Amino acid sequence: MHPIPCRVRSVVRELEDTFTLDIEPPENDWGFAPGQFTMLYAFGVGEVPISISGDPNDPSRLVQTIRAVGPVTDALTAVSPGDTIGVRGPFGSSWPTKAVEGGDLLIITGGIGLAPLRPAILEVLANRDRYDNVTLLYGARSPGELLFADELQEWRGRFDLDVLITVDHGDRVWRGPVGVVTSLISRASFDPESTAAFVCGPEIMMRFTIQELQRKGITDDRLFASMERNMKCGIGLCGHCQFGRYFVCKEGPILSCAQMSGAFWTREV
Amino acid sequence: MSEVFDLIVDHPFFAGMTRDQIKVVSETGTVVSYHEGQTIFTEGTDAVGPLLILSGDVALEMQTPGHGPQVILTLHSGDFLGWSWLYPPYRWTYDAHVHSNAEAIRFDGPGLKEASEVDPALGYELMKRFTEMLVNRMQSIRIQLLDVYSTPR
Ligand SMILES: Cc1cc2nc3c(=O)[nH]c(=O)nc-3n(C[C@H](O)[C@H](O)[C@H](O)COP(=O)(O)OP(=O)(O)OC[C@H]3O[C@@H](n4cnc5c(N)ncnc54)[C@H](O)[C@@H]3O)c2cc1C
Ligand code: FES
Repeated sequence: MHPIPCRVRSVVRELEDTFTLDIEPPENDWGFAPGQFTMLYAFGVGEVPISISGDPNDPSRLVQTIRAVGPVTDALTAVSPGDTIGVRGPFGSSWPTKAVEGGDLLIITGGIGLAPLRPAILEVLANRDRYDNVTLLYGARSPGELLFADELQEWRGRFDLDVLITVDHGDRVWRGPVGVVTSLISRASFDPESTAAFVCGPEIMMRFTIQELQRKGITDDRLFASMERNMKCGIGLCGHCQFGRYFVCKEGPILSCAQMSGAFWTREV
Repeated sequence: MSEVFDLIVDHPFFAGMTRDQIKVVSETGTVVSYHEGQTIFTEGTDAVGPLLILSGDVALEMQTPGHGPQVILTLHSGDFLGWSWLYPPYRWTYDAHVHSNAEAIRFDGPGLKEASEVDPALGYELMKRFTEMLVNRMQSIRIQLLDVYSTPR
């Protein structure tokens, strides 16, 4: 499967090192499920997996949010409107928004992890009456490093979504919580028996978040995390992305804790 | 039973303790109110006892040379504040400032310690709870120190 050249429509700088690209999708009837990713190819530099951060109900746009951390992401975030990049996908599993309807939903994320969860949040908000309490808990490094700050503000204004934000390092102006994202869990309103949780962020943050949710009584089959592993083929052929007995590109990136059964806590997996 | 007893008897911190033990603890407590912007205590002053926050938000701050006060943690309804009263030299190691109007129960540290000496079973129950809180806070601070959201370059 070869990358399809796609034109970049616009580039928005979200944070110092993080950009959102609005890309013309590879085909007219393009679509994706929340949580899926594409392989984005910066011609002559390389190809990397990037989650889709756009609205799943708007197939006319392929929106992806990229943090520049190395050669390929540097190249992808240096593009200008009108430039072409290569796209393969969408690939991978998705946040089970339908399967968890009827109960409370906790969406817990940190840093750039909000980007892969944004499509799930938009999908849930578009079908809000199908869920009980929905709570978004978001942790960022500092008040100046909140991703999608305007949208967070808009979501905070809604009566049907609880949004709690914490930062690791406060400043004099910040009046909100300071501390790790797990400290917000006890402030959320949910019934563990009917609650599902979607978790995405740095692996260490996800580990402690999941431990805390398990302690609160949410069962492993209702805990979902997005696992990130280095990828090459993206289609289950090369084994580059192996995590325990799964290939993250195919069975993941969204896996339940029941599927991971301990692999999360095993080193070098 | 007292107002303080009624406020703490169902608090998760005291889950598993007998009503008699909770009564003894409640007798050392007083309900207090703080207004936004008020300083509850400052670094280096006598740590007289822990506070259980009933409502409102409290920021723990450390003064740093050149950068002024840095918020290291905020505490909210249901959180306990302070363990410096347990260990010598019994002085607070940070400032506590009220971010939004707060109500709390202020417990008398020496009173709690005395009750624990008289009834070691009560002392053990309290120690288990305060050390668990301490371990959880330390774990959180470790994660904050790892700076997990920074750019991995
Ligand atoms: C399924 C999936 C979805 C992803 N979604 C996004 C997304 O929406 N937005 C985004 O910005 N990035 C996302 N990533 C991460 C992205 O793929 C990597 O940042 C990218 O591959 C880095 O390539 P590079 O050549 O720029 O840097 P490299 O030279 O490959 O790496 C630079 C530095 O980043 C570290 N690094 C690389 N990959 C990761 C990772 N996955 N997690 C943490 N550190 C890493 C490396 O250890 C190294 O220190 C996703 C990864 C996966 C597997
Ligand atoms: S990236 Fe090749 S098997 Fe997953």
